[in-house]
Amino acid sequence: MTDQNGMIDIHVMGKQYKVPEGLTILTAMEYCGYRITRGCGCRAGFCGACATIYNLKDDPQLKYALACQKTVEPDMYLVQIPFFPARKAIYDLEKLHPEGEQVLALYPDLIKCFGCNNCTKTCPQEMEVMWYMSDALRGDIMEVANKSFDCVMCGLCAARCPQGLAHYNIALLCRRLYGRFLAPNSQHLDDRIAEIEAGRYDAELEKLRTMDGAELRRLYAQRDIEPAY
Amino acid sequence: MYPAYMEESIKRLEASRSQRLNETLRRLSDDEKKPLLEACHPDFIAEGMRDLAVGANKGIPTPHEMADVLEGNSRINPARIDLGKVDYDVDVLIIGGGGAGVSAALLAEENGAKVLLATKLRLGDANTVGAQAGTQAADRPEDSPVTHYIDTMGGGHYANIPELVEALVKDAPSVIKWLEKLGVNWDKNPDGSMHELSGGGASRLRLHSARDYTGLEEMRVLRDELRNRQIAHIEFSPAIELILDDRGQVAGALLLNLETNDIAVVKAKAVILATGGMGRLHIQGFPTTNHYGATADGLVLAYRAGAEMLYIDTMQYHPTGAAYPVQILGQLVTEKVRTLGAQLVNSDGSQFIMPLEPRDVVAAAIIRECKDRDKGIRTATGEVGVWLDSPMIDVIRGEGTVARELPAMVRQFANYGINISKEPMLVYPTLHYQNGGIKIDADGATTVPGLFAAGECMGGVHGRNRLIGNSTLDIFVFGRRTGKAAARWSREVTPGKMSLEHVRKWQEALEEADLNHSRPASPLLLPDYARKGPDYMPDNSRDLLPPARIRTA
Repeated sequence: MTDQNGMIDIHVMGKQYKVPEGLTILTAMEYCGYRITRGCGCRAGFCGACATIYNLKDDPQLKYALACQKTVEPDMYLVQIPFFPARKAIYDLEKLHPEGEQVLALYPDLIKCFGCNNCTKTCPQEMEVMWYMSDALRGDIMEVANKSFDCVMCGLCAARCPQGLAHYNIALLCRRLYGRFLAPNSQHLDDRIAEIEAGRYDAELEKLRTMDGAELRRLYAQRDIEPAY
Repeated sequence: MYPAYMEESIKRLEASRSQRLNETLRRLSDDEKKPLLEACHPDFIAEGMRDLAVGANKGIPTPHEMADVLEGNSRINPARIDLGKVDYDVDVLIIGGGGAGVSAALLAEENGAKVLLATKLRLGDANTVGAQAGTQAADRPEDSPVTHYIDTMGGGHYANIPELVEALVKDAPSVIKWLEKLGVNWDKNPDGSMHELSGGGASRLRLHSARDYTGLEEMRVLRDELRNRQIAHIEFSPAIELILDDRGQVAGALLLNLETNDIAVVKAKAVILATGGMGRLHIQGFPTTNHYGATADGLVLAYRAGAEMLYIDTMQYHPTGAAYPVQILGQLVTEKVRTLGAQLVNSDGSQFIMPLEPRDVVAAAIIRECKDRDKGIRTATGEVGVWLDSPMIDVIRGEGTVARELPAMVRQFANYGINISKEPMLVYPTLHYQNGGIKIDADGATTVPGLFAAGECMGGVHGRNRLIGNSTLDIFVFGRRTGKAAARWSREVTPGKMSLEHVRKWQEALEEADLNHSRPASPLLLPDYARKGPDYMPDNSRDLLPPARIRTA
């Protein structure tokens, strides 16, 4: 409950503290006096360093969050999982093929998934982790790449998997396979690289590099600007 | 849902939307930008600066917070360090594990060097992962590296070093290709052409994105590749001092294990600094978009070793940091929101600046609107901001565009009950980027032999203001160049005898200037956000921070 000073009780690794309501888990821990080394990275929801598990006094159901993104609640019991020893396969991307057998060969544990759906329930990004694990099992690499795109690799899915899968590493392998082998080629990019290598822009750039300031300012002021949309 | 006290101004914004859809504000000329910047951009607040009192840039104006760490005391007593006990002996040491550091490590290894990468937090904990909007590269037929060059110079107020800008624009398309071959998933059109967007100060659609997780996508692929190649790397081990040799060349570094406080001696023939920026110094009290470790460590190490700095008086305040809710205060609202069509709107419901001007101009215009003209919107926690009209995006580009193009932004605001495809975002400038840094040449070589720098810690590429998408480009361009150049240097150099004499001399200079008692220990390593309890220590007056002052999201 919030008291008359706007303070609430939280429990960091079982120890009780009073903190102002409205803080995130991360800033609440700092308010308690913790100076964090592990378990804090971008502080903005992108890096996955601050994976946190919590439940509430009267609700034993475990919940999952990024500490920098979740506001503290009264009677929250929390612990951070700053590292989890999930397996990462070592591979040379250039020697792989974008096929399901490849994914299974590198991550044979994938076949042990029995569909408990803990990974999906755990994901602080609210992604359909189990669905893209089954896509991976079926060898649908494009679907894995698409569905797993917002993964910040916090590791909570792996921490809660009873079968020891490293979902986030499996998804990363699939995204890399998609980007390298399945995404349609950008011909205009190849053409431009060839032009640059052939020295097509060297003379113009040389002229700009040695140009006096007033002339460059004039060129900038006179640029034609492509409409944004 | 916004609180009721904001509803009135949201109604005015909604009422003016149909009229604003057809209203395009004109871009300002260089002559019009100048007075706006001088009046309202934080770089021009003279009280925020002082002249450096020691070192290679003595007499150069620098923000107080940056000057404090540059003039700081070493964390070691050089007399007590035994350089004879070498823990790691490598060709190339890379300090920093973000986009620039990992690119440098990959290229140094490809070029035959024995590499060690040391980083302060985890591999990949860097500002790279927070970059959302995209990476510039002139690869469309309508565009050219020449146009990219002119845009970059104009955005930087023509202070950019021409050789560095040439390297940036010429390497850009091959960087995009390199990343794709490593497995980065770029946003593409069905025919395979890149789906590219405009950006502030860019005259062509040139931003390559990966939804609004561009930097994360780049970083997670590079990090995975470093692991695949089994390149040695140590986490939670920042460098706290460089080691030179008796010839004045760089010879390694001292690493501090953040968890055990052990110091490791690294002997290296070349060192690459890729330590990123300074947001966590909170220049002029601004909140920041930067990651937890952004404390300008590389600048401190290089400065103490005698390297020159360039343009360290100019910081980038990203125009659109979140001003509401307070939990995400100062966090990045990507420029991609404006790129997709959202306008900036004041409390009257009117536009006041063309939204795709360069960042310093837009930031200054927002500050003018809030501070000088009192047309901002105030929040209950005392913040002020203007509206970023994100719902316009779906009106212009079709229902569902916001959800498709901005999933990270949608998720972040939905956490606090705000639906950004239907409701605007309240924004105010936030400390984002260090425009200057360690002076380098086109190979990333600094003025100290054998010392290289890449990424945000270097200076000169962006002049006095960086454009959108040029930093997630420079980390790869100069990361790759330094990796290659450092590997070559390590083959050719004749190393001398390792020494910390420069640290001893630095402390001497501080004492002579009578600064040693008033300056902090540096590098800072991490900001101290832990609330201090009641003061029970002798000679130690520590503030108790009331909750309203916590501006550390």
